[in-house]
Amino acid sequence: MKKFVNNVDDILTESLTGFGNAHNDILEVKLSPNFITRKLKPSYPKVALISGGGSGHEPLHGGFVGYGMLDAACPGQVFSAPTPDQMEAAANHVHSNKGILFIVKNYSGDIMNFEMGAEMLDFEHQTIIVNDDVAVEDSTYTTGRRGVAGTMIVEKTVGSLAETGASLEECKKFGNHVNTMTGSMGVAFTSCTVPAAGKPTFDLNNDEMEFGVGIHGEPGRKREKIRSADEITSELISAILEDLKPQNEQEVLLHINGFGGTPLMELYLLFESSKKILDKKNIKLSRSLVGNYTTSLEMAGGSITITKLDQQIINHWDSPVHTAALRWKM
Amino acid sequence: MLNSKTIFLYLQNIKKTIDNNKDEIEKLDQEIGDGDHIFNIQRGIKESLNLQDELSSHTPDEVFKKIGMKIMTTVGGSSGALFATLLIGMSKKFNGELSDQQNIAGMFSEGVEAMKNRGKADIGEKTMLDVFIPVSNELQKLSYQDDTKKLAEKIKNIAKKGMLSTKDLIATKGRASFLGERAKGHIDPGARSSQLAIEAICNTILNK
Repeated sequence: MKKFVNNVDDILTESLTGFGNAHNDILEVKLSPNFITRKLKPSYPKVALISGGGSGHEPLHGGFVGYGMLDAACPGQVFSAPTPDQMEAAANHVHSNKGILFIVKNYSGDIMNFEMGAEMLDFEHQTIIVNDDVAVEDSTYTTGRRGVAGTMIVEKTVGSLAETGASLEECKKFGNHVNTMTGSMGVAFTSCTVPAAGKPTFDLNNDEMEFGVGIHGEPGRKREKIRSADEITSELISAILEDLKPQNEQEVLLHINGFGGTPLMELYLLFESSKKILDKKNIKLSRSLVGNYTTSLEMAGGSITITKLDQQIINHWDSPVHTAALRWKM
Repeated sequence: MLNSKTIFLYLQNIKKTIDNNKDEIEKLDQEIGDGDHIFNIQRGIKESLNLQDELSSHTPDEVFKKIGMKIMTTVGGSSGALFATLLIGMSKKFNGELSDQQNIAGMFSEGVEAMKNRGKADIGEKTMLDVFIPVSNELQKLSYQDDTKKLAEKIKNIAKKGMLSTKDLIATKGRASFLGERAKGHIDPGARSSQLAIEAICNTILNK
């Protein structure tokens, strides 16, 4: 394993401390229990948005703490859900009189720990479960679809709505709406190495890819021989569109997300490949975002996320945001 | 006799057993999960053992509760939430008037019910509950059993059978559920670590 490490047990604390110091104009990192919060607490009452999950997906979620997005983020150990006391401490720190909205990716560990954290609160709170990954079949008998790169789109748009003073109920409803309008699917070319393990989570031959992979280096639905970018893109987009069932000339947001080990050059190629397919299908590409936003440590590969847009989603996507990883119009 | 000293003795033996089987648990989790389970378990055991001196004169329910809280705040992931729920659940049902066997059966049943509610899972879903539920049922059935060695032997076998049953199941809960058919043929790592923990406790009783 070649990684920047002093002591494996200290990775998280050292990284979080560095993150806090590097972005001390926007945010503050609290340790024991760990959470990341805005440098300046909003002076106006607003619904406070809290997300979190295992570490190793940076900049998700800490990179999205700041004006227009999250009020706090709770980072767990690498790929492990955070503990309830982190959510409790974050909620007590950020809540005003308008309630707390938890944004949780659909993984059993995250759901249970956020639930336990929420049970400790004596003020109003609601939860949005994000499950945008179309690679996993949804069924009432399973854990269901995973939450992946679409989570940041929910965080951005609901974050914007919360800044307008919207109620907890309105924020929750809008978040669920954005979630149902969003679909994602990814493919991995390599596995990744959890620092504590010191070796890759799975092995992939040089000519293989893991199709429909999640964001933890966990295996996907199938393993296949690698194909051309256009062929891979075509299959990913078909799966997403089958789920989203867009209308003719539907306006969409296209988010190409890197998993951490694929250069931007390839991600832009993936974007172009996706755009060609959307053009051919008469789907109107009106907003876009390319980069490493929801990563799996150093895993190579990436995911495509499409959100069907309506005027409300467009307004809240375009609105000002000032976080460590996403910043525009301010 | 169930007291702080014996609980920590069990915990020390659980640590030894888990450490000895570290590579296997890690490998199982890498096959159908994401490889974090063993590190979470080891962190939880280490943090719990650190409480030994502080809790040396506490009653069993207080010990279970404190260890449960420690696990809840230091482990994370699904296993942290579930093991914490088990122990905190157990602590609520302690009754010093009962025999150890009856007491353990009652506490364990309460803890396992709490786990089922927390994980919204039941038997047959390829999780640690495939070990815990049969063990809990057997403890209820044998709570009259005065011969603790016989009881330990029986429970050890039930736990092992439950763990092995996860091999051919399709997961419908947890990270492995994303794999569908691909998870078949792999033992659930949470079921394995849970079974090893129960085995360590049973062996402590058998080797007394």
